[in-house]
Amino acid sequence: MKLITTLVTGLALVAPFAIADDGGRGLEIAKERKARDTGWGDSQAEMTMILRNSQGETSERKMRLKNFEIQDDGDKGLTIFDEPKDVSGTAFLSFSHNTKPDDQWLYLPALKRVKRISSRNKSGPFMGSEFAYEDMGSFEPEKYEFTYLRDEPCAEDMTCHVVESDPVDKFSGYTRQISWIDTEHMRAVKTEYYDRKNTLLKTLELSEWKLYKDKFWRAHKLDMQNHQNGKSTTIITHGIEFDTGLSESDFSQASLKRAR
Amino acid sequence: MRQWVEKQATERAWIVIVAMIIAALVAAAGAGNLYFRGDYKVFFEEGYGPLNDFEEMQKVFNKSDSIAVLVVPESGNVIDETVLTLIQEYTEEAWQTPFSSRVDSLTNYQNTWAEYDDMIVEDMVLYPEELTEDDLSRIRETALAEPSLNGRIISPDTDVSLINITLQLPDVTDNTANVASVMDFVRDLSAQFAERYPDIAFYHTGIIPMNYSFATEGQKDMSTLVPAMLLLIIVLLAVLLRSVLAMLATVVVLVLTIMATMGLAGWMGFFLSTGTINVPIVVLTIAVADCVHVVATMQYGMKQGKSRKEAVRYSLELNWMPIFITSATTAVGFLTLMMSESPVFADFGFLCAMGVMLAYVMSVTLFPALLSVLPVGAGGRVDDKAPAMAHFGDFVIRHQTPLLWGGVAVVAVLSALAMRNEINDVATEYFAESTAYRQSVDKQADTLSGSQSIDWAMYTDEAGGISNPEFIAVMRDFTEWLEQQPEIDHVSGLSDTFMRLNKNMHADDPDWYRIPDDRELAAQYLLLYEMSLPYGLDLNNQVNVDKSAVRMTSILKNLGSVEIISLENRAKDWMDANAPGIRLTAASPSVMFSHIGETNMKSMILSMMMALVIISGILIFALRSLRLGVISLFPNITPALVGFGFWTFISGEINLGLSIVSSMTLGIIVDDTVHFLSKYKRARMEGMMTEAAVRYSFINVGRALLITTLVLVLGFSMLAFSAFRLNSDMGIATSLIILIALIIDFLILPPMLLWLDKDKPEANAEEQTSLKGEHA
Repeated sequence: MKLITTLVTGLALVAPFAIADDGGRGLEIAKERKARDTGWGDSQAEMTMILRNSQGETSERKMRLKNFEIQDDGDKGLTIFDEPKDVSGTAFLSFSHNTKPDDQWLYLPALKRVKRISSRNKSGPFMGSEFAYEDMGSFEPEKYEFTYLRDEPCAEDMTCHVVESDPVDKFSGYTRQISWIDTEHMRAVKTEYYDRKNTLLKTLELSEWKLYKDKFWRAHKLDMQNHQNGKSTTIITHGIEFDTGLSESDFSQASLKRAR
Repeated sequence: MRQWVEKQATERAWIVIVAMIIAALVAAAGAGNLYFRGDYKVFFEEGYGPLNDFEEMQKVFNKSDSIAVLVVPESGNVIDETVLTLIQEYTEEAWQTPFSSRVDSLTNYQNTWAEYDDMIVEDMVLYPEELTEDDLSRIRETALAEPSLNGRIISPDTDVSLINITLQLPDVTDNTANVASVMDFVRDLSAQFAERYPDIAFYHTGIIPMNYSFATEGQKDMSTLVPAMLLLIIVLLAVLLRSVLAMLATVVVLVLTIMATMGLAGWMGFFLSTGTINVPIVVLTIAVADCVHVVATMQYGMKQGKSRKEAVRYSLELNWMPIFITSATTAVGFLTLMMSESPVFADFGFLCAMGVMLAYVMSVTLFPALLSVLPVGAGGRVDDKAPAMAHFGDFVIRHQTPLLWGGVAVVAVLSALAMRNEINDVATEYFAESTAYRQSVDKQADTLSGSQSIDWAMYTDEAGGISNPEFIAVMRDFTEWLEQQPEIDHVSGLSDTFMRLNKNMHADDPDWYRIPDDRELAAQYLLLYEMSLPYGLDLNNQVNVDKSAVRMTSILKNLGSVEIISLENRAKDWMDANAPGIRLTAASPSVMFSHIGETNMKSMILSMMMALVIISGILIFALRSLRLGVISLFPNITPALVGFGFWTFISGEINLGLSIVSSMTLGIIVDDTVHFLSKYKRARMEGMMTEAAVRYSFINVGRALLITTLVLVLGFSMLAFSAFRLNSDMGIATSLIILIALIIDFLILPPMLLWLDKDKPEANAEEQTSLKGEHA
């Protein structure tokens, strides 16, 4: 039985780009979205995460992000936590993959050790926020099956393609996501997440877009609202820089301990 | 006013009938606005302290409303391939429950262990169909060693296991339909699994099933008790009035009164709940008494040779004032319930008061009009002035001294006993053993644990403060302290998690099962752990956003409010003594019900005082005698005291339902006193000596009092059949007190009058003798 499960999962993973009954339009949009965001190289940024509960209490996390683009596979990312103070220096390394589960490690400075994180568990909250790791990783079309739904007007006088993406990974926390992708720049400006019982769980809205290197759009404000528990999280990104001279060797388990 | 109504009711009977029926139907149309709220929160006022604490905790952490599925295999062992497969499948399916946010079970418990230098976080059981004997014993060992599982998710002898589904119900006033959809889903799921696994039984407990029972049992009462009550009344009336038409007229009046009462409630924006669902029964019961008085007097008049219309007018003339007074006192008794801390009882009081006054209006307008046009017979009923009552009166007069002092002694003893009752609300026992909810709760108590809980929130007021080793030590000590308390069945907290992670980080060395040495270490362990948890199984239900506070859940035995409040107080004392810097709050529906009983009792004592003052005032005014008013205090106050004295033998516990009984019954039992004393007073005015006046009262109202008491006692006894204990206890206690009131009015009040009112005769002895001769 275990063998069968593994086989089925494997098959699902190596059979990407499954054609949905929209004549492949959804996939086309996803590929175009990915293509528009290819070739950015590497980047660094600072991030503030603001968590709110329905009582109105807030809490802030601060972190730095380093990203490195990998051609033909998922990107590599390194997140260094600065605040809260207790976890300052903790670093999170992730290798995103197209067709197999992502690899993740965490460096704990107080223990001076690197620990691998089970790849199955990527749908839990990131730092106690309303974002799951799953929501923050790089966009890889192979991870979903797409269905084009319609075009409609969306935020800031734009027109959007509305596309449903069903996660291929059975450990995903979602049954489906619905994304609004603006037709001009192919940016996902809004995404709705539906939980395992196919009920709307969260809505992510991306705003304050800026253009980098004349080609790459980055949102500087991400608002995630959880509709079921009333909590929300805002991520504000500042000082994105591209071509910062990072190399792939800066993204290794060994480099984690040096990160600061 | 009276004469005008009398005239209309008899001379223009049809117009009155049509007008009143139309008015009643217009009022009744409002019933369309009524809706039923099965929510337990109806018992609590917005802003009620313990409710606030609960809601604050729900907002700071996640909501904790849940439904627990108890899995009971016939084999008596859950650690086997079949049962684990079932639990895993059930867990998977349970994520589909409407509004569910997490599912905790034996199979999806996030087991952590060390593997080389890594910490693995994984479901306890991933592939149940390929488990080896070794795997099974490892699972057993891990489950029993894990504080959060042993005694909560699995019983120590592994014969039952529990699947807990946590829900985030929307923030709306009325979640009745949502609760029902959750219940339907889970029951359906259990039924499907029970079919596939015939050797395994499923039970549902928790707040959601309790809520659901509040709704369904309440509605069941409405659809069974009310018709049963009507039937009972039809039979009683047919027997007592010996006239089918008089009975029919009464039933028409009763039904219209109920419809109008509930309809007006709808127009006014009231809703129905387990607390107000009894309004029809109560109003029905009390309205019968009004009608009986009117029809009895009318039939008496007809027997004396009056025409039907004359008899109706005669009856109205005689009953106008007494019915008004008794209705008013009853309404006042109900109205004082509006002081209740629990909004549904306030609603109950108001609606009953309104119903009682509507019944009064109906019984002096529509009812006489109906009696005027229907060919109602005089009835074969024996004369009101039955010799039996005269003999009984003589008996009381003969034995007045022993009756007085013996009676007072019995009253004193039983009243003293009343103080031995305890204010106690056992929320799990609100439902009769015949209900599915109660059977599930009892099953869980027999096999695993109680099904009540208290959530404890500990606030450090410092961001990240929960990782401070000193605070973790407080958590651990508090957890240990709680474990030792007799009220607690199970408790586990984040301190256990910290210690386990520390062990995992040190290659599972059991020596490292202890609190991490420093704060950064603890915080980073927790971060790693949080990053490793899958969808839905995160720590957000235990930790707040800035990690300054934790919530831990303790499972209690099925206890009453006394024990729960005591535990809460001791826990707060412990925290004050051991960690004064930590703010501790306790909250849960059980805590709320525990406090409302006590708070409500205080407000009800006040309401009873008020009812007593107002009603005594009405009595003094109605009887136009301060002396009689003061004497009436005795038969008005003591029935409740004696009734609660008896209650120590029946139950000894005063719950939320019983706390309203005193005020409510006061208004009803006063009627007996009013009737008896008003006849007595009239006799004295006519110049009779005390003894003769007492006999006169017995002869004139004895039988009527007996009949109305019979109707009231039977009516309120119907509530005893409610599967909802707040209602059944209230019904039993109320009928008990009404019965006692009549006994006191018959056996102690007359000797009291003979003793306290035996001053100078108001007329000469001759007249007295002649009167005595006339009636004996």
